Amino acid sequence: MKTAISYKNVKKFYGDLKAVNGISIDIKQGEFFGLLGPNGAGKSTMINMLAGLTKASAGKISVMGYDVQKNYQEARHAVGIVPQELVFDPFFNVREMLRFQAGYFGKGKENDKWVDEIIERLDLTDKASTNMRMLSGGMKRRALIAQALVHKPPIIVLDEPTAGVDVELRQKLWAFIKDLNKAGHTIVLTTHYLEEAEELCNSVAMLRAGKVVAMDTTKNLLRKFSTKNLKLRLNFKDEKKLPIKIAHIPHQITEDFYTFQLKKITDITEITEGLKQSKIEIIDIQTVDTDLEDVFLKLTNAKK
Amino acid sequence: MVTLKTQLIGTWTLIKKELIRFWRVAFQTVAAPVITGMLYLVVFSHVLQDRLEIYEGVSYTSFLIPGLIMMSLLQNAFANSSSSLIQSKVMGNIVFILLSPLSYIQFFIAFIVGAIVRGLFVGLAIYFLAIIFIDLPIHHPWIVFWFALFGGGLLGAFGIIAGIWADRFDQMAAFGNFVIMPLSFLSGVFYSIHSLPTIWQNISQLNPFFYMIDGFRFGFFGQSDVSPYLSLLIVFLFFITLSFAAIQMLKSGFKLRT
Repeated sequence: MKTAISYKNVKKFYGDLKAVNGISIDIKQGEFFGLLGPNGAGKSTMINMLAGLTKASAGKISVMGYDVQKNYQEARHAVGIVPQELVFDPFFNVREMLRFQAGYFGKGKENDKWVDEIIERLDLTDKASTNMRMLSGGMKRRALIAQALVHKPPIIVLDEPTAGVDVELRQKLWAFIKDLNKAGHTIVLTTHYLEEAEELCNSVAMLRAGKVVAMDTTKNLLRKFSTKNLKLRLNFKDEKKLPIKIAHIPHQITEDFYTFQLKKITDITEITEGLKQSKIEIIDIQTVDTDLEDVFLKLTNAKK
Repeated sequence: MVTLKTQLIGTWTLIKKELIRFWRVAFQTVAAPVITGMLYLVVFSHVLQDRLEIYEGVSYTSFLIPGLIMMSLLQNAFANSSSSLIQSKVMGNIVFILLSPLSYIQFFIAFIVGAIVRGLFVGLAIYFLAIIFIDLPIHHPWIVFWFALFGGGLLGAFGIIAGIWADRFDQMAAFGNFVIMPLSFLSGVFYSIHSLPTIWQNISQLNPFFYMIDGFRFGFFGQSDVSPYLSLLIVFLFFITLSFAAIQMLKSGFKLRT
């Protein structure tokens, strides 16, 4: 598969602050790629450098083979970026704004049909003639997504697209973005909602303090760091103390729950037997799988 | 992918956006400065019409009109590019242009055209309103045209510089109040610099607004304080210098790209 976006040893320093400190990432065409990390990890700086809004201090970034600095016009034609902030031009309505944006990319009247199609697909038809100022936050977010699509870019970058968005709209946006990916668009998503990345992305890069702490397919990462947890609510007869036989199994206590980290599935028998012998009753039982959040916490804690 | 056609469409789209932007609020961007210009005309001509004759055979009111037209044209050309930029920066929507493949030259052309067109709209509106009451023939239409074009362009370029440099509306207002307003009022709109003491005549000759007003007025009356060709050359050189500075700022991404 050909490379859609390539970061090669990219650095961005603001004085002493190393916002991005030597990151190399290759994103393949057709991929759904997640850039994850807490606030300040360097996600938005990575996107801004790709967009040409920020100039890298060192390294090279290319989009569909075009250098974002030297061949910026070709590179920008290949990308549609949905900014994180809900920015808008208060002088224009949705349709006008989309047509202007298409025009900046050299698209003339022949593109108006596509603009109307995007408006329809993003449920903006009723609001197409409404001034941007009058739209709700969710509608503004949709309009921004539409704006990134007007020039039919092969790559779409969404910088925290669901920040501050309600659950219903989040689900709708996810479905829409998934459809775009199925239609062949390469999608890059930055988020600090790990469940979002887990639901959508084939591959992820986890960033922390301007560095990549892990990069792999989502499946591989989950497999590599997968652990099963057994979560029990127990009814102690006397003092709240686990029997010695099972106390060595790594566990966490949160309120009424004892969460045991299982290395092998037979650990379950050992735990239940141990509890039975000590006459500790199990009131509730759950098994919990590892999610990206656990992987992220493990990785970032390990690198501290 | 990137062709001459896409470049032309891109430039035209940004020009169109700049024009529609000020036209949507024409009451504020065109009507208000026209009314201000007409008020200056009514007040000054009423007070000074019978007391001053600056050029032989030219009434004070007639003398005043070209200066007022040019002053309004210049102020509004500056206001257009500077306000468009500062608003886009403060609102954050400048990002839509920065994310596009538009080059710094396309950006510059669109903002300059927007500035010149708004300046011309205001100037023409004052002219057409004034000639209802005053006979004002134009002796050298091409001189009038070139001064209007380069004057509007010069202030448009200055507006781009101010709009990029300013981070807040109060900084932009300072440009208007402490640079544009004094330079335009001390440029000979209301008087000939020959009526000033020598020292002030010399100081006035350092003011580029003086050459724009004086040369523009020559186009109407065939009379001026200095040679209109020298004025046109000076205005052109200022236009080139400020345009170069504005283009360099856009090219480097100063205060626009980090």
